[in-house]
Amino acid sequence: MAVSTTIWVILGAAVATYLTRVGGHAVLSRFERIPPRVEAALNAVPAAVLTAIVAPYAVFFGLAEAITIAAAIVLALRLPTLAMLGLCWALVWVLRQAI
Amino acid sequence: MTASQPDFWRGVRDAVPIMIAVAPFGLLFGALAAENGMTPFEATLMSATVYAGASQMVGIELFGADIAPWIIVFSILAVNFRHVLYSATMGQTIGSYSRLQKALAFALMTDPQFATTEQKAEKGAATPFAWYLGLALPVYALWVAEAWLGAVFGSLIDDPAAYAIDFLLPLYFLGMVMGFRGRANWLPVVAASAVASVAAYHFVGSPWHVSLGGLAGVVVAAIIGVRPGHKLVV
Repeated sequence: MAVSTTIWVILGAAVATYLTRVGGHAVLSRFERIPPRVEAALNAVPAAVLTAIVAPYAVFFGLAEAITIAAAIVLALRLPTLAMLGLCWALVWVLRQAI
Repeated sequence: MTASQPDFWRGVRDAVPIMIAVAPFGLLFGALAAENGMTPFEATLMSATVYAGASQMVGIELFGADIAPWIIVFSILAVNFRHVLYSATMGQTIGSYSRLQKALAFALMTDPQFATTEQKAEKGAATPFAWYLGLALPVYALWVAEAWLGAVFGSLIDDPAAYAIDFLLPLYFLGMVMGFRGRANWLPVVAASAVASVAAYHFVGSPWHVSLGGLAGVVVAAIIGVRPGHKLVV
């Protein structure tokens, strides 16, 4: 049986992820301290990438989706992620029927 | 071994709140993976080997689109790059572990695992290897089992858009972004990424908005920098 592309991507991602987990200790710990700009850049990566994935949904996918994203931002300030997820799931479903 | 058993169970007790927080997302991953065409085996394999929630969600979001495999791997790598910082910090906390113990400890290191270990160490509590395993293994076992369970049941839903299930992933990512808001430079980073991503989506096209938007935020963070002595926030 040929191994699917999906399996190769998963294994590649697994190796890359393990390297990030050991890499900090193996490489960065050789420095007396991490240069502040490098630390700031590394620390910003997850928020930056995830924002980049979400942003188009607020602009290009329709009114129901845009309203839901706006509501989600406000709700996430007050509620745990799971509660926000539940409410906004219901909201986008209702808005899609209504609009 | 008997001497380390109480440490192990102390770790398991500390794992309970993490398991409660993580449980819904493990199932959600499995279900959404199935929606995006993954088999239960593939979803379980991904949870067992990548073992990093947000990046796994990014993976299935991109699998759904027609995107080159290396871009998917690169995007997952980008989301997980924060581990480099955790690893550099935690390497000192677990400095007394053997090489092999460290190799295993880092394989099981997630955001809550890192945060809990550092909190304990900061309070002066011991963080021996047996305790670390007690904290990590139940969460890992739960996460892997849930991927399979979620994928098996998720594949039973035939029309995700009808139930707005297709919109759960962007909402989940937004929740993660909002969860990071205590971090240094959060607002300028998020603003730069959002603007650059929308511009790239419009002018260059998908999937380049992910890399270009992400890059914009990281560059802004590097320009601003962090205060010396700044504390790493998870």
